[in-house]
Amino acid sequence: MSGARLEPERIARLQGFGLACAADAYVVRPTTVDEVRGVLDLACQTGRKVVLRGAGCSYGDASIAPEALALDCSAMNRILAWDPATGVIDAEAGVSIESLWRTALPDGWWPPVVSGTMMPTLAGALAMNIHGKNNSKAGTLGQHVLDLEVLDGAGRSHRLTPDDEAFRAVISGAGLLGVITRVKLQMHRVTSGNLQVTPVSVGNLDAQLATFDEFEGVDYRVSWVDCFARGARLGRGLFHAASHESQPNAASLRPESQDLPSKVLGVLPKSQVWRALRALNRPLWMSRVNWAKYAASRLHGDRRPFTQGLVAFSFLLDYVPDWRRAYLPGGFIQYQSFVPLAEARRVFRAQIEMQQKAGLVSFLGVIKRHRPDDFLFTHAVDGYSLALDFKVTPQAWPRLRELCWRMNDLVIEAGGRFYFAKDSTLRPQDVCAYLGEATLKRFRDFRAELDPHGLFTSALAERVGLLPD
Amino acid sequence: MVRFERAIVVGASSGIGAEIVRQLAARGCKVAAVARRLDRLQALAAEFPGLVVAFQHDVTRCNEAPAVFQEATKQLGGLDLVVYAAGVMPAVGPDEFDFEKDRQMVEANFLGAVAWLNQAAIRFQNTRQGTIVGVGSVAGDRGRRGQPVYNATKAALATYLEALRNRLSRYGVKVVTVKPGPTQTEMTASLGLKAVPTAEATARRILAKAGRTGERYLSPVHWVVFTILRNVPSPIFRRLKL
Repeated sequence: MSGARLEPERIARLQGFGLACAADAYVVRPTTVDEVRGVLDLACQTGRKVVLRGAGCSYGDASIAPEALALDCSAMNRILAWDPATGVIDAEAGVSIESLWRTALPDGWWPPVVSGTMMPTLAGALAMNIHGKNNSKAGTLGQHVLDLEVLDGAGRSHRLTPDDEAFRAVISGAGLLGVITRVKLQMHRVTSGNLQVTPVSVGNLDAQLATFDEFEGVDYRVSWVDCFARGARLGRGLFHAASHESQPNAASLRPESQDLPSKVLGVLPKSQVWRALRALNRPLWMSRVNWAKYAASRLHGDRRPFTQGLVAFSFLLDYVPDWRRAYLPGGFIQYQSFVPLAEARRVFRAQIEMQQKAGLVSFLGVIKRHRPDDFLFTHAVDGYSLALDFKVTPQAWPRLRELCWRMNDLVIEAGGRFYFAKDSTLRPQDVCAYLGEATLKRFRDFRAELDPHGLFTSALAERVGLLPD
Repeated sequence: MVRFERAIVVGASSGIGAEIVRQLAARGCKVAAVARRLDRLQALAAEFPGLVVAFQHDVTRCNEAPAVFQEATKQLGGLDLVVYAAGVMPAVGPDEFDFEKDRQMVEANFLGAVAWLNQAAIRFQNTRQGTIVGVGSVAGDRGRRGQPVYNATKAALATYLEALRNRLSRYGVKVVTVKPGPTQTEMTASLGLKAVPTAEATARRILAKAGRTGERYLSPVHWVVFTILRNVPSPIFRRLKL
C-alpha cells in the first residue's frame, strides 16, 4: 500500500461533455507551474496516474480517468501579455476561448480558430488541436501558435516552437505528452465584429457537397443535416457560408454588443429552454423538429444574406444554456468522422442509411469542410466531416456502439480519420488502422522521452490502447 | 436487485459479509473484501479470481480505515456500494458486566462503522452517487436484558445511519439500514439457533433491499413482530424474558 494519502474531499465525479460517461477522480487545480510540478510529485508518491483536464469539453472520455489525479488547468488563466498592434497574445494555458475574444475583440482581433462553445481552455483546445467552421481556410488552432511551454511528466519545462518535432506531437497529443502551461498565439485581424452570413437550403446530400464547392474560399462553411430524411431527400439540410465584414464597424467590436440574448422570442428565459428540449428529445419528436427546421429554411432565408455577430455565429453551443441536460439521464455521444473528398458522398450516405436501418437516428448532423495538417494525431483530411449527435440510453447503448463500429469500418476503408475530442466508441484496432503503426511508434517514442514514468493517462487512452501496460 | 459494479464489504471473512461478497461477485461486481482474517479472505478471493480483492484490516484500528478505504477504491477503479457487515457479539452471562467485552462490541460494531462509513460519506457526497448499507439488527430496537451493549451498538448504528441518510439524500446517495433477525452465522453459533435463515438467505435479502434508501426489516413477518415489540411499553417489556 502506498504511504501517502490524498485528501478524500478532492474526489469528484467528472463527466465528458456528452454526459454519457463519468469517472471519479481526485481533482487538483494548480495556479502556478510549480504547483503543477507538485501535482506530478504527488502522483508519484501516491502511485496514481494523472489525467489532464481543461474545461471538460471533450465529448467522450478524453479528460476523465477513474481514481486518477485530475489536473484541472482552468485556474491557470491569466493573460500575461496582449499586443494590440501585432495581435499576439501570451497567456497561461488555462485561459478560456471566451477570455481570448473578450480581450482581443475591442482591438480588432478574433481567435484564429474557435470551437462551437467558448468554454474550452487553450490547453484543452491545443491538446485536441481543435478546428472550427473555418478549418478549410484557417487550419487548426495549433497552426496559429507561435510558441508554447510544456511541463513533461518528469517535471521538466520545455519551450516548443513550430520548428520542434515535439511541438506537433504535444499539440494534438490528447494530453498524454505533457502539461501545456503557457501559449503564445497569433490572433486574426478583424475590422468588424459581424459576419455576412448566407444560408442555403439544400435538398439532399449531393446538393450539400455541391453547395460547399460553390462557396469555396469563403471564411466559414458549415451545414446542418436532417438525418431522418430518406430516399431522394437523404442528407437534406441547411448550409451556412459566412465571411468577415470588410467594412469597419467599431460598435460591433465591443464585447457587450456580442452578448447573446437571455430570452428566446423575447419572453422565454433561455435558462429554462433545455426543459422544453428534453420533452422533445425522442425520435418521434426530433424527426418532426428536423422536418420543421428544414421546412422553415425553405420558406425563410434561402440565399437571403444577413448580418450576424461573431459570437452568435461561432458559439452556437452556448446559445441555449444547459442544452446538454436535455439528453439526461443517459447523455449523448457525438460521432464524427473525417472522410477524403472522393469518398465523402458514398460514406456519409451509407452512414445515414445505416442509422435509419438500425433505428438509431442522430438528432443532429453537421457537415464541415477540412484540410489536412501535419500534427501527430491529426484528425483532419482533405475532405469533409460528418458529426452526429446520438442520444444514449442503457438499452440502446450496445446497439449504438455496434452501429458506430460498423460506421468506423466504412471510414477506415475510405482512408478517413477520427477526432479524440469527440470520440466515445473507437477500439484499439480502429485507432491502429487510421493512425498507422508508424504514427503510433512515434507517439510511443515521445512518451518515452516526455513521460518516462508513464504518469499521463485518460479513459480514452486506455480504451483505444494508446497506453499498453 | 440493483446492479452494483464496484463494492467494498467490511467484515467479509465470514457470515453475512462473506455471503454478500459471494453474491455481488457472482453478478460480476468487483468487490474489495475487508476483514481481519486474511486466510479466509484469500479463500474467498480464490473463488472469484479477478473480481474479489482481499484487504486485511482490523476494524477496531479506526485510524487505518481511511488509507485502506482509499487503496481499495483505487484498486476497484471506483466505488458505488459500501456494506458494513462487521460485528461481534461475545457471550455475555445474565449477570455479567465485562467492560472489555463491551469495548470490543462498541469498537467493532459502531466505531469501526463510523470510521468506514464516514469515508464512504465523504466520497459519495462529492461524487453525488453511491449506496451505503449498514447491517444493523432487530436487536437494536430495544435494550434487552441479555445483551445490553450489543443492543446499544446496533441502536447507535441505526441512529448514525439515519443521520447519514438525512445528510446525504440531497446528494443522491442512498443509505440503507437493514435489520436482520437471528441468522445462522459463526457469531450466533453459541446460541444454538435452529429454524432461522442461513447467512446466504439473509445476504440475498439484504442485497434485495439495497436499492431503496431507508430502514428495512428483511421480511413482512419481521416487520409485524418487531414493530409490535418496539412499541411494547417499557414497564411491560422489562417483565418479558426477551
